[in-house]
Amino acid sequence: MSMVQLLQTNAQAAPAKPRPRVRLLPYLLSLPALLVCVAILVPFVTAAVYSLQRYRLNLPYLRGFIGAGNYIDFLSDPAFWNTLRISITYTAVTVVLELLLGLGIALLLRRRTRFHNAVSIMLLLPLMTAPAIAALMWKLMTNPSFGILSYLIGLFGVTDFKWASDPSSALFTVVLVDVWVYTPFIMILLLAGLRSLPRQPFEAAALDGVPASFVFFRITLPMLAPYIITASLFRLLDSIQQFDIIYAMTQGGPGDRLMVFQVQAYLEFFQYTNVGRSAALLMILWLITNILSNIFIKNWLRLRARAHGHA
Amino acid sequence: MEHSSLAGRIFRGVALTLILIFFMFPIVWIFLMSFQTNEQILRIPPRILFEPTFANYEALISGQLRTAAGNLQISFMRNLFNSVVLSSAAVLLALLLGVPAAYAFARFKFRLGESIAFTLLSFRFAPPLLVLLPLSLYYQELGLNDTYFGIVWVYQLIALPLILWIVRGYFEDISPDIEHAYRLAGHSWREAFTRIAVPLAGPGIAAAGLLSFIFCWNNFVFALILASADKQPVTVGALAFVTASGIQYGQIAAAIVLSVTPTLLLALYAQRYLVEGLSLGAVKG
Repeated sequence: MSMVQLLQTNAQAAPAKPRPRVRLLPYLLSLPALLVCVAILVPFVTAAVYSLQRYRLNLPYLRGFIGAGNYIDFLSDPAFWNTLRISITYTAVTVVLELLLGLGIALLLRRRTRFHNAVSIMLLLPLMTAPAIAALMWKLMTNPSFGILSYLIGLFGVTDFKWASDPSSALFTVVLVDVWVYTPFIMILLLAGLRSLPRQPFEAAALDGVPASFVFFRITLPMLAPYIITASLFRLLDSIQQFDIIYAMTQGGPGDRLMVFQVQAYLEFFQYTNVGRSAALLMILWLITNILSNIFIKNWLRLRARAHGHA
Repeated sequence: MEHSSLAGRIFRGVALTLILIFFMFPIVWIFLMSFQTNEQILRIPPRILFEPTFANYEALISGQLRTAAGNLQISFMRNLFNSVVLSSAAVLLALLLGVPAAYAFARFKFRLGESIAFTLLSFRFAPPLLVLLPLSLYYQELGLNDTYFGIVWVYQLIALPLILWIVRGYFEDISPDIEHAYRLAGHSWREAFTRIAVPLAGPGIAAAGLLSFIFCWNNFVFALILASADKQPVTVGALAFVTASGIQYGQIAAAIVLSVTPTLLLALYAQRYLVEGLSLGAVKG
Protein backbone atom coordinates (compact mmCIF):
# COMPACT_ATOMS: atom_id res chain seq x y z
CA MET A 1 0.00 0.00 0.00
CA SER A 2 1.16 3.47 -0.83
CA MET A 3 0.62 4.81 2.68
CA VAL A 4 2.89 2.13 4.10
CA GLN A 5 5.62 3.01 1.62
CA LEU A 6 5.21 6.61 2.53
CA LEU A 7 5.83 5.80 6.15
CA GLN A 8 8.78 3.60 5.41
CA THR A 9 10.58 6.37 3.56
CA ASN A 10 9.91 8.46 6.63
CA ALA A 11 11.46 5.82 8.84
CA GLN A 12 14.57 5.61 6.65
CA ALA A 13 15.07 9.33 6.81
CA ALA A 14 15.09 9.25 10.61
CA PRO A 15 18.51 8.83 12.23
CA ALA A 16 19.33 5.25 13.19
CA LYS A 17 18.61 4.55 16.83
CA PRO A 18 19.79 1.55 18.83
CA ARG A 19 17.02 -1.05 18.73
CA PRO A 20 15.95 -3.51 21.39
CA ARG A 21 16.97 -7.07 20.65
CA VAL A 22 13.58 -8.63 21.24
CA ARG A 23 12.06 -8.84 17.79
CA LEU A 24 8.92 -10.60 18.87
CA LEU A 25 8.00 -7.92 21.38
CA PRO A 26 6.22 -5.43 19.09
CA TYR A 27 4.09 -8.24 17.71
CA LEU A 28 3.16 -9.45 21.17
CA LEU A 29 2.28 -5.92 22.26
CA SER A 30 0.04 -5.31 19.28
CA LEU A 31 -1.52 -8.77 19.22
CA PRO A 32 -4.72 -7.74 21.06
CA ALA A 33 -5.23 -4.79 18.72
CA LEU A 34 -4.64 -7.17 15.81
CA LEU A 35 -7.33 -9.51 17.12
CA VAL A 36 -9.80 -6.63 17.26
CA CYS A 37 -8.89 -5.84 13.64
CA VAL A 38 -9.57 -9.40 12.58
CA ALA A 39 -12.84 -9.43 14.47
CA ILE A 40 -13.86 -6.35 12.50
CA LEU A 41 -12.63 -7.66 9.17
CA VAL A 42 -14.67 -10.85 9.39
CA PRO A 43 -18.10 -9.15 9.38
CA PHE A 44 -16.81 -6.78 6.73
CA VAL A 45 -15.94 -9.64 4.38
CA THR A 46 -19.27 -11.27 5.24
CA ALA A 47 -21.06 -8.09 4.21
CA ALA A 48 -19.22 -8.12 0.90
CA VAL A 49 -20.35 -11.73 0.33
CA TYR A 50 -23.98 -10.94 1.31
CA SER A 51 -24.02 -8.13 -1.23
CA LEU A 52 -23.52 -10.75 -3.96
CA GLN A 53 -26.39 -12.91 -2.75
CA ARG A 54 -30.12 -12.99 -2.99
CA TYR A 55 -30.63 -13.10 0.76
CA ARG A 56 -33.86 -12.25 2.54
CA LEU A 57 -34.36 -13.17 6.17
CA ASN A 58 -38.05 -13.91 5.59
CA LEU A 59 -37.40 -16.14 2.56
CA PRO A 60 -34.31 -18.18 3.56
CA TYR A 61 -34.91 -20.93 0.95
CA LEU A 62 -34.45 -18.43 -1.90
CA ARG A 63 -30.92 -17.61 -0.73
CA GLY A 64 -28.28 -17.93 -3.44
CA PHE A 65 -25.39 -16.35 -5.27
CA ILE A 66 -26.53 -13.81 -7.85
CA GLY A 67 -23.25 -12.07 -8.65
CA ALA A 68 -23.69 -8.37 -9.21
CA GLY A 69 -27.49 -8.79 -9.30
CA ASN A 70 -28.18 -6.48 -6.36
CA TYR A 71 -25.94 -3.81 -7.85
CA ILE A 72 -27.47 -4.10 -11.32
CA ASP A 73 -30.95 -3.74 -9.82
CA PHE A 74 -29.91 -0.40 -8.35
CA LEU A 75 -29.26 1.04 -11.80
CA SER A 76 -32.95 0.91 -12.70
CA ASP A 77 -34.24 1.59 -9.19
CA PRO A 78 -35.47 5.14 -8.55
CA ALA A 79 -35.20 4.55 -4.77
CA PHE A 80 -31.44 4.03 -5.13
CA TRP A 81 -30.96 7.19 -7.18
CA ASN A 82 -33.06 9.06 -4.63
CA THR A 83 -30.77 7.79 -1.85
CA LEU A 84 -27.66 8.81 -3.77
CA ARG A 85 -29.07 12.24 -4.56
CA ILE A 86 -30.22 12.95 -1.00
CA SER A 87 -26.94 11.74 0.50
CA ILE A 88 -24.86 13.91 -1.81
CA THR A 89 -27.11 16.94 -1.29
CA TYR A 90 -27.04 16.51 2.47
CA THR A 91 -23.26 16.13 2.50
CA ALA A 92 -22.57 19.05 0.17
CA VAL A 93 -24.91 21.45 1.95
CA THR A 94 -23.77 20.59 5.48
CA VAL A 95 -20.05 20.62 4.69
CA VAL A 96 -20.15 23.91 2.78
CA LEU A 97 -22.28 25.66 5.42
CA GLU A 98 -20.20 24.34 8.31
CA LEU A 99 -16.97 25.27 6.58
CA LEU A 100 -18.05 28.85 5.88
CA LEU A 101 -19.56 29.35 9.31
CA GLY A 102 -16.70 27.58 11.10
CA LEU A 103 -14.10 29.64 9.27
CA GLY A 104 -16.00 32.84 10.03
CA ILE A 105 -16.21 32.06 13.73
CA ALA A 106 -12.54 31.02 13.89
CA LEU A 107 -11.54 34.35 12.31
CA LEU A 108 -13.67 36.25 14.84
CA LEU A 109 -12.10 34.38 17.76
CA ARG A 110 -8.57 34.51 16.40
CA ARG A 111 -7.00 36.82 18.95
CA ARG A 112 -6.24 35.09 22.24
CA THR A 113 -8.34 36.99 24.72
CA ARG A 114 -10.04 35.60 27.78
CA PHE A 115 -13.47 36.31 26.24
CA HIS A 116 -12.62 34.59 22.94
CA ASN A 117 -11.33 31.53 24.75
CA ALA A 118 -14.50 31.37 26.84
CA VAL A 119 -16.64 31.56 23.69
CA SER A 120 -14.68 28.81 21.95
CA ILE A 121 -15.09 26.56 24.98
CA MET A 122 -18.83 27.20 25.09
CA LEU A 123 -19.10 26.32 21.40
CA LEU A 124 -17.67 22.88 22.19
CA LEU A 125 -20.86 21.93 24.00
CA PRO A 126 -23.03 21.25 20.92
CA LEU A 127 -20.23 19.10 19.49
CA MET A 128 -20.11 17.04 22.67
CA THR A 129 -23.87 16.48 22.67
CA ALA A 130 -24.84 13.08 21.28
CA PRO A 131 -26.18 13.77 17.76
CA ALA A 132 -29.25 11.60 18.36
CA ILE A 133 -30.02 13.59 21.53
CA ALA A 134 -29.37 16.87 19.70
CA ALA A 135 -32.03 15.82 17.18
CA LEU A 136 -34.47 15.28 20.07
CA MET A 137 -33.67 18.73 21.46
CA TRP A 138 -34.47 20.34 18.12
CA LYS A 139 -37.57 18.20 17.80
CA LEU A 140 -38.85 19.71 21.05
CA MET A 141 -38.00 23.20 19.86
CA THR A 142 -39.65 22.78 16.47
CA ASN A 143 -42.82 21.12 17.72
CA PRO A 144 -45.68 22.80 15.81
CA SER A 145 -47.88 23.29 18.89
CA PHE A 146 -45.45 24.56 21.56
CA GLY A 147 -41.96 24.62 20.02
CA ILE A 148 -40.17 27.85 20.74
CA LEU A 149 -38.86 28.13 17.18
CA SER A 150 -42.33 27.64 15.72
CA TYR A 151 -43.49 30.40 18.07
CA LEU A 152 -40.63 32.73 17.12
CA ILE A 153 -41.12 32.40 13.36
CA GLY A 154 -44.84 32.84 14.04
CA LEU A 155 -44.02 36.34 15.32
CA PHE A 156 -42.70 37.07 11.82
CA GLY A 157 -45.93 35.87 10.26
CA VAL A 158 -44.78 32.37 9.29
CA THR A 159 -47.46 30.18 10.81
CA ASP A 160 -47.68 26.95 8.82
CA PHE A 161 -44.01 25.99 8.79
CA LYS A 162 -43.88 22.29 9.71
CA TRP A 163 -40.09 21.80 10.02
CA ALA A 164 -39.12 18.12 9.79
CA SER A 165 -42.62 16.80 9.16
CA ASP A 166 -43.08 18.63 5.87
CA PRO A 167 -41.24 17.25 2.79
CA SER A 168 -40.30 20.74 1.63
CA SER A 169 -38.59 21.76 4.88
CA ALA A 170 -37.38 18.38 6.25
CA LEU A 171 -33.94 18.63 4.67
CA PHE A 172 -33.56 22.19 5.93
CA THR A 173 -34.40 21.08 9.46
CA VAL A 174 -31.93 18.18 9.67
CA VAL A 175 -29.23 20.32 8.03
CA LEU A 176 -29.86 22.90 10.75
CA VAL A 177 -29.27 20.28 13.45
CA ASP A 178 -26.15 19.01 11.68
CA VAL A 179 -24.81 22.57 11.43
CA TRP A 180 -25.55 23.12 15.11
CA VAL A 181 -23.68 19.98 16.17
CA TYR A 182 -20.72 19.99 13.79
CA THR A 183 -19.82 23.61 12.96
CA PRO A 184 -17.84 23.78 16.23
CA PHE A 185 -15.72 20.89 14.96
CA ILE A 186 -14.54 22.92 11.96
CA MET A 187 -14.25 26.00 14.13
CA ILE A 188 -11.88 24.49 16.71
CA LEU A 189 -9.66 22.88 14.09
CA LEU A 190 -9.37 26.09 12.07
CA LEU A 191 -8.89 28.16 15.21
CA ALA A 192 -5.98 25.92 16.22
CA GLY A 193 -4.64 26.35 12.68
CA LEU A 194 -5.02 30.13 12.65
CA ARG A 195 -3.31 30.51 15.99
CA SER A 196 -0.37 28.39 14.90
CA LEU A 197 0.37 30.43 11.75
CA PRO A 198 3.67 32.35 11.79
CA ARG A 199 3.32 36.09 12.47
CA GLN A 200 5.93 37.51 10.10
CA PRO A 201 3.88 37.53 6.86
CA PHE A 202 1.03 39.35 8.61
CA GLU A 203 3.35 41.87 10.26
CA ALA A 204 5.07 42.55 6.94
CA ALA A 205 1.70 43.01 5.21
CA ALA A 206 0.57 45.42 7.96
CA LEU A 207 3.78 47.47 7.60
CA ASP A 208 3.28 47.73 3.85
CA GLY A 209 -0.36 48.74 4.30
CA VAL A 210 -1.67 45.79 2.26
CA PRO A 211 -5.51 45.79 2.18
CA ALA A 212 -7.24 43.31 4.48
CA SER A 213 -8.95 41.42 1.65
CA PHE A 214 -5.60 40.80 -0.02
CA VAL A 215 -4.11 39.54 3.25
CA PHE A 216 -7.07 37.19 3.71
CA PHE A 217 -7.12 35.68 0.21
CA ARG A 218 -3.38 35.67 -0.49
CA ILE A 219 -1.88 34.92 2.92
CA THR A 220 -4.38 33.62 5.46
CA LEU A 221 -6.35 31.24 3.25
CA PRO A 222 -3.37 29.58 1.52
CA MET A 223 -1.55 29.07 4.81
CA LEU A 224 -4.67 27.69 6.41
CA ALA A 225 -5.39 25.36 3.49
CA PRO A 226 -4.02 22.16 5.08
CA TYR A 227 -6.26 22.67 8.11
CA ILE A 228 -9.26 23.42 5.92
CA ILE A 229 -8.65 20.26 3.90
CA THR A 230 -8.32 18.09 7.01
CA ALA A 231 -11.41 19.52 8.66
CA SER A 232 -13.59 19.28 5.57
CA LEU A 233 -12.54 15.74 4.74
CA PHE A 234 -13.32 14.62 8.29
CA ARG A 235 -16.72 16.22 7.92
CA LEU A 236 -17.30 14.85 4.40
CA LEU A 237 -16.69 11.30 5.60
CA ASP A 238 -18.99 11.68 8.60
CA SER A 239 -21.67 13.58 6.79
CA ILE A 240 -22.19 11.17 3.91
CA GLN A 241 -22.68 8.46 6.54
CA GLN A 242 -25.04 10.49 8.71
CA PHE A 243 -27.51 8.27 10.52
CA ASP A 244 -28.16 9.43 14.09
CA ILE A 245 -29.62 12.87 13.42
CA ILE A 246 -31.82 11.80 10.53
CA TYR A 247 -33.01 8.58 12.14
CA ALA A 248 -33.82 10.27 15.46
CA MET A 249 -35.58 13.14 13.72
CA THR A 250 -37.67 11.48 11.00
CA GLN A 251 -36.43 7.90 10.35
CA GLY A 252 -35.75 8.94 6.75
CA GLY A 253 -39.16 10.48 6.16
CA PRO A 254 -41.47 12.13 5.45
CA GLY A 255 -41.90 9.56 2.68
CA ASP A 256 -38.42 8.98 1.32
CA ARG A 257 -37.39 12.61 1.59
CA LEU A 258 -34.40 11.98 3.88
CA MET A 259 -33.42 8.44 2.82
CA VAL A 260 -29.66 8.75 3.07
CA PHE A 261 -27.49 5.65 2.58
CA GLN A 262 -27.28 4.32 6.11
CA VAL A 263 -30.93 4.97 6.96
CA GLN A 264 -32.01 3.25 3.74
CA ALA A 265 -29.70 0.29 4.47
CA TYR A 266 -31.01 0.05 8.04
CA LEU A 267 -34.61 -0.07 6.82
CA GLU A 268 -33.79 -2.57 4.04
CA PHE A 269 -32.33 -4.82 6.72
CA PHE A 270 -34.80 -4.50 9.58
CA GLN A 271 -38.02 -3.53 7.83
CA TYR A 272 -37.79 -5.39 4.51
CA THR A 273 -35.33 -8.04 5.85
CA ASN A 274 -33.46 -7.82 2.55
CA VAL A 275 -29.91 -8.51 3.71
CA GLY A 276 -28.39 -8.72 0.21
CA ARG A 277 -29.72 -5.38 -0.90
CA SER A 278 -28.81 -3.69 2.38
CA ALA A 279 -25.23 -5.02 2.14
CA ALA A 280 -24.90 -3.88 -1.49
CA LEU A 281 -26.02 -0.36 -0.55
CA LEU A 282 -23.45 -0.23 2.24
CA MET A 283 -20.71 -1.52 -0.05
CA ILE A 284 -21.39 1.35 -2.44
CA LEU A 285 -21.26 3.80 0.46
CA TRP A 286 -18.04 2.18 1.62
CA LEU A 287 -16.53 2.59 -1.85
CA ILE A 288 -17.39 6.30 -1.80
CA THR A 289 -15.94 6.82 1.70
CA ASN A 290 -12.89 4.76 0.81
CA ILE A 291 -12.04 6.97 -2.13
CA LEU A 292 -12.55 10.04 0.05
CA SER A 293 -10.59 8.61 2.98
CA ASN A 294 -7.63 7.65 0.79
CA ILE A 295 -7.36 11.23 -0.29
CA PHE A 296 -7.73 12.15 3.35
CA ILE A 297 -5.12 9.77 4.74
CA LYS A 298 -2.47 10.92 2.27
CA ASN A 299 -3.04 14.54 3.22
CA TRP A 300 -3.24 13.68 6.85
CA LEU A 301 0.07 11.80 6.93
CA ARG A 302 1.78 14.79 5.42
CA LEU A 303 0.25 17.07 8.03
CA ARG A 304 1.10 14.72 10.85
CA ALA A 305 4.69 14.44 9.67
CA ARG A 306 4.89 18.21 9.54
CA ALA A 307 3.39 18.57 13.03
CA HIS A 308 6.07 16.20 14.33
CA GLY A 309 8.76 18.17 12.55
CA HIS A 310 9.83 15.55 9.97
CA ALA A 311 8.95 17.38 6.78
CA MET B 1 -4.44 43.18 10.78
CA GLU B 2 -7.28 43.55 13.30
CA HIS B 3 -10.35 45.65 12.65
CA SER B 4 -10.13 48.42 15.17
CA SER B 5 -12.57 50.83 13.55
CA LEU B 6 -15.84 51.41 15.38
CA ALA B 7 -17.91 49.81 12.61
CA GLY B 8 -15.66 46.77 12.66
CA ARG B 9 -15.97 46.38 16.41
CA ILE B 10 -19.75 46.69 16.30
CA PHE B 11 -19.89 44.08 13.53
CA ARG B 12 -17.76 41.67 15.52
CA GLY B 13 -19.83 42.20 18.65
CA VAL B 14 -23.11 41.57 16.85
CA ALA B 15 -21.75 38.54 15.00
CA LEU B 16 -20.40 36.93 18.19
CA THR B 17 -23.67 37.57 20.01
CA LEU B 18 -25.70 35.91 17.25
CA ILE B 19 -23.30 32.95 17.19
CA LEU B 20 -23.53 32.49 20.95
CA ILE B 21 -27.33 32.65 20.82
CA PHE B 22 -27.53 30.08 18.03
CA PHE B 23 -25.22 27.57 19.70
CA MET B 24 -26.19 28.08 23.34
CA PHE B 25 -29.92 28.69 23.10
CA PRO B 26 -31.03 25.06 22.54
CA ILE B 27 -29.09 23.86 25.59
CA VAL B 28 -30.41 26.65 27.81
CA TRP B 29 -33.98 26.26 26.55
CA ILE B 30 -34.14 22.49 27.07
CA PHE B 31 -32.61 22.95 30.51
CA LEU B 32 -35.37 25.45 31.42
CA MET B 33 -38.02 23.15 29.93
CA SER B 34 -36.92 20.30 32.16
CA PHE B 35 -38.07 22.34 35.20
CA GLN B 36 -41.52 23.10 33.77
CA THR B 37 -44.83 21.31 34.01
CA ASN B 38 -46.59 20.33 30.82
CA GLU B 39 -49.05 23.20 31.26
CA GLN B 40 -46.20 25.69 31.53
CA ILE B 41 -44.54 24.26 28.42
CA LEU B 42 -47.72 24.42 26.38
CA ARG B 43 -48.46 28.01 27.36
CA ILE B 44 -48.40 30.58 24.57
CA PRO B 45 -46.56 32.86 24.57
CA PRO B 46 -43.77 30.93 26.31
CA ARG B 47 -42.38 32.57 29.45
CA ILE B 48 -38.81 32.74 30.60
CA LEU B 49 -39.82 33.35 34.20
CA PHE B 50 -41.73 30.48 35.76
CA GLU B 51 -42.02 28.58 39.00
CA PRO B 52 -39.59 25.67 38.65
CA THR B 53 -40.73 22.16 39.43
CA PHE B 54 -38.63 19.07 40.09
CA ALA B 55 -41.50 16.72 39.25
CA ASN B 56 -39.95 15.71 35.90
CA TYR B 57 -36.71 14.58 37.52
CA GLU B 58 -38.59 12.90 40.35
CA ALA B 59 -40.63 10.91 37.83
CA LEU B 60 -37.51 9.83 35.95
CA ILE B 61 -35.60 8.88 39.08
CA SER B 62 -38.47 6.99 40.70
CA GLY B 63 -39.31 5.31 37.39
CA GLN B 64 -43.00 6.11 37.80
CA LEU B 65 -44.55 8.30 35.15
CA ARG B 66 -48.05 9.58 35.88
CA THR B 67 -50.01 10.25 32.74
CA ALA B 68 -53.68 10.86 32.05
CA ALA B 69 -53.94 7.23 30.94
CA GLY B 70 -52.46 5.94 34.20
CA ASN B 71 -49.10 5.00 35.60
CA LEU B 72 -46.27 4.14 33.25
CA GLN B 73 -43.10 2.29 34.24
CA ILE B 74 -40.01 3.91 32.80
CA SER B 75 -36.50 2.56 32.89
CA PHE B 76 -34.60 5.69 32.08
CA MET B 77 -32.30 5.35 35.11
CA ARG B 78 -31.49 1.88 33.86
CA ASN B 79 -30.42 3.45 30.53
CA LEU B 80 -28.24 5.92 32.39
CA PHE B 81 -26.66 3.09 34.36
CA ASN B 82 -26.09 1.14 31.12
CA SER B 83 -24.35 4.14 29.54
CA VAL B 84 -21.98 4.38 32.50
CA VAL B 85 -21.20 0.66 32.48
CA LEU B 86 -20.82 0.32 28.70
CA SER B 87 -18.71 3.43 28.17
CA SER B 88 -16.40 2.83 31.16
CA ALA B 89 -15.85 -0.82 30.32
CA ALA B 90 -15.21 0.01 26.65
CA VAL B 91 -12.62 2.65 27.53
CA LEU B 92 -10.85 0.43 30.07
CA LEU B 93 -10.63 -2.41 27.54
CA ALA B 94 -9.45 -0.05 24.82
CA LEU B 95 -6.73 1.34 27.11
CA LEU B 96 -5.56 -2.16 28.01
CA LEU B 97 -5.43 -3.19 24.34
CA GLY B 98 -4.42 0.13 22.85
CA VAL B 99 -1.69 1.59 25.05
CA PRO B 100 0.80 -1.31 24.62
CA ALA B 101 0.04 -1.39 20.90
CA ALA B 102 0.50 2.38 20.60
CA TYR B 103 3.85 1.97 22.38
CA ALA B 104 4.88 -0.76 19.96
CA PHE B 105 3.89 1.39 16.95
CA ALA B 106 5.83 4.36 18.29
CA ARG B 107 9.02 2.54 19.30
CA PHE B 108 9.40 -0.19 16.68
CA LYS B 109 8.94 0.32 12.98
CA PHE B 110 7.41 -2.89 11.77
CA ARG B 111 5.23 -3.68 8.83
CA LEU B 112 2.40 -5.38 10.70
CA GLY B 113 2.16 -2.43 13.07
CA GLU B 114 1.50 0.02 10.27
CA SER B 115 -1.04 -2.34 8.73
CA ILE B 116 -2.94 -2.62 12.01
CA ALA B 117 -2.81 1.11 12.61
CA PHE B 118 -4.15 1.85 9.15
CA THR B 119 -6.77 -0.87 9.18
CA LEU B 120 -8.16 0.60 12.39
CA LEU B 121 -7.91 4.11 11.03
CA SER B 122 -9.71 3.22 7.82
CA PHE B 123 -12.49 1.57 9.80
CA ARG B 124 -12.88 4.77 11.72
CA PHE B 125 -14.10 6.10 8.37
CA ALA B 126 -16.09 3.09 7.14
CA PRO B 127 -19.90 3.02 7.43
CA PRO B 128 -20.63 1.49 10.85
CA LEU B 129 -23.64 -0.44 9.57
CA LEU B 130 -21.39 -2.33 7.15
CA VAL B 131 -19.81 -4.07 10.13
CA LEU B 132 -22.85 -3.96 12.42
CA LEU B 133 -25.45 -5.67 10.27
CA PRO B 134 -23.49 -8.89 9.62
CA LEU B 135 -22.27 -8.71 13.22
CA SER B 136 -25.85 -8.69 14.49
CA LEU B 137 -26.46 -11.98 12.65
CA TYR B 138 -23.24 -13.48 14.08
CA TYR B 139 -24.11 -12.25 17.54
CA GLN B 140 -27.45 -14.02 17.38
CA GLU B 141 -25.67 -17.29 16.61
CA LEU B 142 -22.98 -16.76 19.23
CA GLY B 143 -25.46 -15.67 21.89
CA LEU B 144 -23.70 -12.30 22.23
CA ASN B 145 -26.74 -10.37 21.14
CA ASP B 146 -27.95 -8.10 23.88
CA THR B 147 -25.02 -8.71 26.23
CA TYR B 148 -22.84 -6.02 27.79
CA PHE B 149 -19.78 -7.86 26.51
CA GLY B 150 -20.99 -7.85 22.92
CA ILE B 151 -21.65 -4.11 22.96
CA VAL B 152 -18.38 -3.28 24.73
CA TRP B 153 -16.60 -5.31 22.07
CA VAL B 154 -18.02 -3.27 19.15
CA TYR B 155 -17.38 -0.04 21.06
CA GLN B 156 -13.70 -0.85 20.45
CA LEU B 157 -14.38 0.37 16.92
CA ILE B 158 -14.82 3.84 18.41
CA ALA B 159 -12.36 3.82 21.30
CA LEU B 160 -9.41 1.85 19.98
CA PRO B 161 -8.47 3.96 16.91
CA LEU B 162 -8.74 7.11 19.02
CA ILE B 163 -6.49 5.76 21.76
CA LEU B 164 -4.01 4.17 19.37
CA TRP B 165 -3.45 7.28 17.29
CA ILE B 166 -3.41 9.86 20.08
CA VAL B 167 -1.29 7.87 22.53
CA ARG B 168 1.10 6.86 19.76
CA GLY B 169 1.73 10.56 19.08
CA TYR B 170 2.53 11.12 22.75
CA PHE B 171 4.93 8.17 22.87
CA GLU B 172 6.65 9.46 19.73
CA ASP B 173 7.18 12.82 21.39
CA ILE B 174 9.07 11.21 24.28
CA SER B 175 12.73 10.66 23.52
CA PRO B 176 13.57 6.94 23.68
CA ASP B 177 16.93 7.86 25.21
CA ILE B 178 15.43 8.05 28.69
CA GLU B 179 14.14 4.50 28.36
CA HIS B 180 17.48 3.34 26.94
CA ALA B 181 19.33 4.81 29.89
CA TYR B 182 16.88 3.14 32.27
CA ARG B 183 17.30 -0.19 30.47
CA LEU B 184 21.10 0.12 30.62
CA ALA B 185 20.76 0.41 34.39
CA GLY B 186 19.55 -3.17 34.30
CA HIS B 187 15.78 -2.82 34.15
CA SER B 188 13.56 -4.89 31.88
CA TRP B 189 11.60 -3.38 28.99
CA ARG B 190 8.43 -3.92 30.98
CA GLU B 191 9.73 -1.73 33.81
CA ALA B 192 10.82 0.87 31.27
CA PHE B 193 7.34 0.80 29.79
CA THR B 194 5.38 1.01 33.03
CA ARG B 195 7.74 3.25 35.06
CA ILE B 196 8.99 5.64 32.35
CA ALA B 197 6.97 5.63 29.13
CA VAL B 198 3.44 5.35 30.52
CA PRO B 199 3.84 8.04 33.22
CA LEU B 200 5.44 10.43 30.72
CA ALA B 201 2.62 9.86 28.22
CA GLY B 202 0.11 10.10 31.08
CA PRO B 203 -1.67 13.29 30.02
CA GLY B 204 -2.13 11.92 26.50
CA ILE B 205 -3.46 8.64 27.80
CA ALA B 206 -5.89 10.43 30.10
CA ALA B 207 -7.08 12.70 27.29
CA ALA B 208 -7.55 9.82 24.88
CA GLY B 209 -9.45 7.93 27.54
CA LEU B 210 -11.77 10.84 28.32
CA LEU B 211 -12.46 11.50 24.65
CA SER B 212 -13.21 7.87 23.89
CA PHE B 213 -15.55 7.84 26.87
CA ILE B 214 -17.44 10.81 25.41
CA PHE B 215 -17.66 9.22 21.97
CA CYS B 216 -18.82 5.87 23.34
CA TRP B 217 -21.42 7.63 25.49
CA ASN B 218 -22.69 9.62 22.49
CA ASN B 219 -22.88 6.62 20.20
CA PHE B 220 -26.34 5.67 19.04
CA VAL B 221 -26.32 3.21 16.17
CA PHE B 222 -24.30 0.37 17.77
CA ALA B 223 -26.67 -0.15 20.65
CA LEU B 224 -29.73 0.56 18.50
CA ILE B 225 -28.87 -2.58 16.56
CA LEU B 226 -27.28 -4.82 19.17
CA ALA B 227 -29.12 -4.09 22.43
CA SER B 228 -32.67 -4.59 23.64
CA ALA B 229 -34.40 -2.42 26.22
CA ASP B 230 -32.60 -3.51 29.38
CA LYS B 231 -29.09 -3.04 27.89
CA GLN B 232 -29.71 0.20 26.00
CA PRO B 233 -27.68 3.33 26.77
CA VAL B 234 -29.29 6.77 27.13
CA THR B 235 -29.02 7.73 23.46
CA VAL B 236 -31.26 4.85 22.38
CA GLY B 237 -33.28 4.93 25.59
CA ALA B 238 -34.16 8.61 25.20
CA LEU B 239 -35.57 7.97 21.73
CA ALA B 240 -37.63 5.03 22.99
CA PHE B 241 -38.77 7.18 25.89
CA VAL B 242 -40.07 9.87 23.51
CA THR B 243 -42.17 7.26 21.73
CA ALA B 244 -43.43 5.72 24.99
CA SER B 245 -44.20 8.86 26.96
CA GLY B 246 -45.89 10.67 24.09
CA ILE B 247 -46.70 14.16 25.28
CA GLN B 248 -44.78 14.28 28.56
CA TYR B 249 -42.54 17.01 27.21
CA GLY B 250 -41.11 18.08 30.55
CA GLN B 251 -39.89 14.55 31.27
CA ILE B 252 -38.40 14.30 27.78
CA ALA B 253 -36.47 17.52 28.43
CA ALA B 254 -35.31 16.21 31.82
CA ALA B 255 -34.19 12.94 30.20
CA ILE B 256 -32.22 14.94 27.62
CA VAL B 257 -30.55 17.00 30.34
CA LEU B 258 -29.56 13.86 32.27
CA SER B 259 -28.22 12.26 29.06
CA VAL B 260 -25.95 15.11 28.03
CA THR B 261 -24.72 16.43 31.39
CA PRO B 262 -21.94 13.84 31.95
CA THR B 263 -20.34 14.33 28.53
CA LEU B 264 -20.65 18.11 28.63
CA LEU B 265 -18.91 18.22 32.03
CA LEU B 266 -16.17 15.88 30.84
CA ALA B 267 -15.73 17.95 27.68
CA LEU B 268 -15.27 21.12 29.71
CA TYR B 269 -12.73 19.32 31.86
CA ALA B 270 -10.80 17.89 28.89
CA GLN B 271 -11.18 20.81 26.50
CA ARG B 272 -7.44 21.40 26.23
CA TYR B 273 -7.04 18.05 24.48
CA LEU B 274 -10.11 18.16 22.29
CA VAL B 275 -8.44 19.61 19.20
CA GLU B 276 -5.84 16.87 19.08
CA GLY B 277 -8.32 14.19 19.90
CA LEU B 278 -10.93 15.23 17.39
CA SER B 279 -8.40 15.35 14.56
CA LEU B 280 -6.69 12.12 15.73
CA GLY B 281 -3.54 14.16 16.24
CA ALA B 282 -3.51 15.50 12.67
CA VAL B 283 -3.65 19.04 13.99
CA LYS B 284 -1.67 19.73 17.14
CA GLY B 285 -3.52 22.30 19.23
